[in-house]
Amino acid sequence: MFLNFFHDLRQAKVPVTLKEYLALMEGLDKQVIDMKVDEFYYLSRTALVKDERNLDKFDRVFAHAFKGLETLDATELAQIPEDWLKALTEKFLTEEEKKQIEALGGWEKLMEELKKRLEEQKKRHEGGNKMIGTGGTSPFGAYGYNPEGIRMGQDKGRHGKAVKVWDKREYKNLDDSVELGTRNIKVALRRLRKWAREGALTELDLPETIRATAHQGYLDLVMRAERHNKVKVLIFFDIGGSMDAHIKLCEELFSAARTEFKHMDFFYFHNCLYESVWKDNRRRHNEKTPTWDVLHKYPHDYKVVIVGDATMSPYEITYPGGSVEHWNEEPGAVWLERLTRIYEHVIWLNPVPERHWEYTPSIQIRKQILSDRMFPLTLEGLDKAMRELNR
Amino acid sequence: MKKFEGTSSYVATDDLRIAVNAAITLERPLLIKGEPGTGKTVLAFEVAKAIGVPIIQWHIKSTTKAQQGLYEYDAVSRLRDSQLGDERVKDIKNYISKGKLWEAFTNDARPVLLIDEIDKADIEFPNDLLLELDRMEFFVYETGETIKAKQRPIVMITSNNEKELPDAFLHRCFFHYIKFPDRDTMTKIIDVHYPKIMDKLVGEALNIFYQIRDVPGLKKKPSTSELLDWLKLLMADDITAETLRERDPSKLIPPLHGALLKNEQDVHLFERLAFLARRERN
Repeated sequence: MFLNFFHDLRQAKVPVTLKEYLALMEGLDKQVIDMKVDEFYYLSRTALVKDERNLDKFDRVFAHAFKGLETLDATELAQIPEDWLKALTEKFLTEEEKKQIEALGGWEKLMEELKKRLEEQKKRHEGGNKMIGTGGTSPFGAYGYNPEGIRMGQDKGRHGKAVKVWDKREYKNLDDSVELGTRNIKVALRRLRKWAREGALTELDLPETIRATAHQGYLDLVMRAERHNKVKVLIFFDIGGSMDAHIKLCEELFSAARTEFKHMDFFYFHNCLYESVWKDNRRRHNEKTPTWDVLHKYPHDYKVVIVGDATMSPYEITYPGGSVEHWNEEPGAVWLERLTRIYEHVIWLNPVPERHWEYTPSIQIRKQILSDRMFPLTLEGLDKAMRELNR
Repeated sequence: MKKFEGTSSYVATDDLRIAVNAAITLERPLLIKGEPGTGKTVLAFEVAKAIGVPIIQWHIKSTTKAQQGLYEYDAVSRLRDSQLGDERVKDIKNYISKGKLWEAFTNDARPVLLIDEIDKADIEFPNDLLLELDRMEFFVYETGETIKAKQRPIVMITSNNEKELPDAFLHRCFFHYIKFPDRDTMTKIIDVHYPKIMDKLVGEALNIFYQIRDVPGLKKKPSTSELLDWLKLLMADDITAETLRERDPSKLIPPLHGALLKNEQDVHLFERLAFLARRERN
């Protein structure tokens, strides 16, 4: 039952597992809901989706999985030979169920009714309604010869309305490939933690005190240092030019990173990392820091994050003197490689949507130098990026 | 067990009703998310009220440990008692205080256990509760006894999404996202809370409310609880629908806006918009 639906969900990257599927089956078995499509929609949503980011994907798959029925032409169904249907049912029905059919007036009458309803359905179909049905109310549905068949005969009213619920796609902006606000960014950044106890001994270590007390035979207080996030982060922001379009997102990322990491430092660059970087954009031409100094100052256990769209002329990366602003002795690619050699953890966050990457050669070059450690600046991308840094 | 159908003081939409009933029937924890102020915590209380069972609330803070929900062994007071030669010291049970889970497990009726704001705790917190929520039992090391639930409590968990919950935990839960109520539902909600309020006033107030929610760039959008507060104030101040409709450009900021806009920058943004609107008109 609904196995195709389950597979479609998995294919659409909604993380459903067997456990959830079984829970849904259990729910159907225990009759939590009446057999109505919209109730089934709600139940399957509550059982299968575990994160609001996936609700939109779920709605799309649901619409797709149950929309297939719409294209099923009623006339085609009406032409299915009777004995073929009969044979099919006999294959699937238990003795008991067959008896139930008899109770409904026998096979002949049932088929007659089926035809009548198909006729009705055809009319309604022409009227523009959707053919997704309610399942349980019809004698045909109850026996389930064919999941599609369930929807053939149904009472009025339910269908069109039910479909709307998921066709509305109300959860659209909760999909996790959309951009983010500071709160979300902070949560994503929180993945990057490395707990350590360092510094002054300020906290009472209770278990250790008890152990020591028992050991000594008198009260022996043991203190320990507080737990801190020890992770150290160095961020390079691309600024100006094509980055102007992404300024809000970068601001948010910056403010989130500022509050989230105690050991964090940042520098700006333009388009490509060359021999100098700066910390204040208003005085960028006077107060520059040689990049060599930066590489020397921050030890190799710093995690390096580069934020930029990497969109520029390929010459800016690969040729000496390619910079649009000044004469650079060494090409940008050399500097980036230097960075990856010194720091074990380097990632690139790109505010340009991932689907546009392949059309920009400079992004491709960057990605190659970083051995694919480039992530889009979305919640999902940030999450992956932090996992990569944590490795 | 009775089915949950919403109560006289809580409007439950179809999807919410089904999620709650599924969780109750299939004995799985129900994880509830949604914008702050859409009634996540209230839901648990209303469910308990509707089906007539006690509620046990476990409010999570950033320092809460999973163990605290089971039990706590007060080693320090036992140590102190032992130094003073207190008689109590001989029985370790005197120093074990029950946590909320223990309370819920041993309750005679099948209670609602609300684990409120689970996202506030440390990232590992939900993982530490996996087995306990799954099997509904745990082991007390100090006394060597196993505490097993008499009946599986109805577990409701709320989250504000500040942290992501581990997959293993999510697999065990049912999930419901309370979406922001649409106009119809909102009118029903207001009706439930302030039945006597004039229809016109509500209409105007809702207009303004949804307009405010649509203003781009607000730091914190007002939600249901803010709307209810605001209506209460409007009623208390005898502000009429006409005043709300007036839309005098100099009064573009709605009266008593303090209840709706909780952020200085948002108020400021609004004032700026009002200023722009005024200039346009002149």
